This record gives sequence, structure tokens and C-alpha cells, in this order.
Amino acid sequence: MLKDLLSAASNWVVPLLLLGIPLYAFTVRRVKVYESFIEGAKEGFWIGVKIIPYLVGILVAIGMFRASGAMDLLVAGLRPLTGLFGFPAEALPVALLRPLSGSGTLGLISDVFQTAGPDSFVGRLVSVIEGSTETTFYVLAVYFGSVAVRKSRHALPASLLGDLTGVVAAFIVCRLLF
Amino acid sequence: MNLVWLGLIFLAVITAALRGTMPEVSAAAFKSAGTAVTLSLGLIGAMALFLGLMRVAQDAGLVQALARALRPLFKWIFPDVPADHPALGAIALNMGANMLGLGDAATPMGLKAMQDLQQLNGESETATNAMCTFLALNSSSVQLVPAMVIGLRAAAGSRNPSEIIIAAILATTCSTIVAVLSAKLLARLPYFKKSRPRAKESSSC
Repeated sequence: MLKDLLSAASNWVVPLLLLGIPLYAFTVRRVKVYESFIEGAKEGFWIGVKIIPYLVGILVAIGMFRASGAMDLLVAGLRPLTGLFGFPAEALPVALLRPLSGSGTLGLISDVFQTAGPDSFVGRLVSVIEGSTETTFYVLAVYFGSVAVRKSRHALPASLLGDLTGVVAAFIVCRLLF
Repeated sequence: MNLVWLGLIFLAVITAALRGTMPEVSAAAFKSAGTAVTLSLGLIGAMALFLGLMRVAQDAGLVQALARALRPLFKWIFPDVPADHPALGAIALNMGANMLGLGDAATPMGLKAMQDLQQLNGESETATNAMCTFLALNSSSVQLVPAMVIGLRAAAGSRNPSEIIIAAILATTCSTIVAVLSAKLLARLPYFKKSRPRAKESSSC
């Protein structure tokens, strides 16, 4: 029910914005909507082109890191520590991969759903982790890359603290709710 | 960024050498480079579409109205950005798109916001406090409905795919608050304070 409503809503949002904003601008504010759209689109196009090298740089590094199996070593190293808190071992790779790769995380989550089921504790936990964290390294590389900022100062530590909090909070909330 | 990038590649090559996964690592390098370009091409379309739409909204005064409504909040989160600066409008739209789970729309607005913030930064290659806070905010995920994972759950035969929404909102609220607070607190550390760009950041308020 809720899901149908949500997916219907998200299908309607973009078309309605694409109609509503230009319609308001044209009729009420007398904006030359087409020219205005093209101006903005031009800018968007160039930003899109500008970020390609940064995207190649970060995705190659992340791709190599994943393919090497270094992730498995990291998981194996951290497992005894997270086990102390009762954090499920199956959820650890999801939490660690999340800041690096969005599609990779979804793949791991599918694996968890296949093996443990989406309605198991660990299935719910990885779902909540996905919803409360972001692909930090990708965002950092692309957002700062697009404006040629090289020194990111405290952006990475602050973002990773946010991700860590997301994982810990997901675990606590799941413990309380499910 | 230099250390992160080099670190990832360094760990990858060392691990590959020890575990004999060098062929996979080599293939992954080329494959990821290709993926990056495919991804960018898709992004260029979304960028042009949404920044075009945003310009229309800007010319009609809608973006400014949104930014004005959020001014009290922004004044606290981004004290270095002048209240009438276009960056705040783009940030508001980026957060809105993120909350609705419209990733395709959120990235263009976010990149536009960065461009506007960089304008305040002059030609500096060092991130301002506002940029760091915005990045932390963005990478802590503020989405209210994790549509992707709900879809995955439904596909895997969950009895109630959307039951995780409340839990996700609670968890993401925590992560967002901590990300923003730590961005603001870390900015005060002498180590990060020292590197703060001088440019014209400290204007008006």
C-alpha cells in the first residue's frame, strides 16, 4: 500500500515539476522559459563534462581495490571487534563497502536477501544501513572535482563520521524496533 | 584526496600481489574507467535537464523564495554564505531532491551548489568551511524513502518491503546530525583552521 503510493508519487514528481515550473514562470512571471532552460542546460552540460576525469580517477581506484580482495582482509580484521557488540558478520561487508560503491553495496545486499532473507534481522539491518549512509568517496571526488578543489580539509573525516554514525544508529534502531 | 586515492591503489596492488588477484585488478582498472565515462554521459543528460529546469525556476524567483524560507536553518549551518547567495537556493533544491530519493536530480543541484560556493572561494584550491559542511551533509544521506532498497526487498519476496522506512529515517537523522556537527566542530581544530582559505569567504554575516 504505502509502497505503491510512494512509487506513484515518485513517478509523478519529475513530470509535474517539468510542467509546473515553466508554466508558472511563463504565465505569471513572463519568463522566456525555453531560452532560460537552454541557458541552464548549457551550464549543466559543461559541469557534466568537467567531472569525467575525476570520476575516472576515483572509480578506477575503487574498482582496483575491490577486485584485489583487500576488502575481504579488512572484513576479516574487523570481524572480532564488531562481534563483541553483536553486530552480525554478514552486515559488515555492506557497511564497509557503502562509502565506496553504491552499486556494489546493492549487490551485497541482494546476496544477504538471498541467503538470510529480507525479513531476517540482518536483512532489515542492511536495508536500514543502505538508507542511512552514502557513497562518500564518490560524492567527495565528484563534488570537489567539479570545482577543482584539491585540499578537502575536514570534509572526509566529517563525512565518514556521519557514515559510521549511520551504521551504529541503524544497528541500535533495528535492535529496538525489530 | 591524494592520500585516499594513492592509498586505495596501493592497497589494491599489494593485496593483489599477495593473493594472486593481479589479473582481476588489471581488468577492473580498465572496466572502471569505462564505467566512469558511461556514468558521466548519463549524468550529463540529467545535469543539462535539471539545471535547465532550475534556471527557469530561478528566473521565476522560485528558488530564491525557497532559500528565503529556509534562511534561519541555513544561517546556522552555513554562516559564511551571504543570505541572498544563489548557492543556498541550489543547496535547498539538492536537499529536497535527496529527501525525495531523486538521485538523478540531486547530483546536478549539488554540483551547481558547489560551483556557487566555489565562487565565494575565488580561485582557491582549498575547500571552505561551507563546502566541507555541505559535503558532509550530502554524504550522510538525508533521504526519507530509500526507494532502491525497498525495491530490492520487494524483489526478494519480503512480506513488508517498506517496514524499514521509519528505522531508516531515524538512523539517517542521526547520521546527518553527526555529520554536520562534526563538520562544524572539526573546522575549529587548529589543524583544519590553519588551512582555511582566506579569499573572500568572511563576507557580511
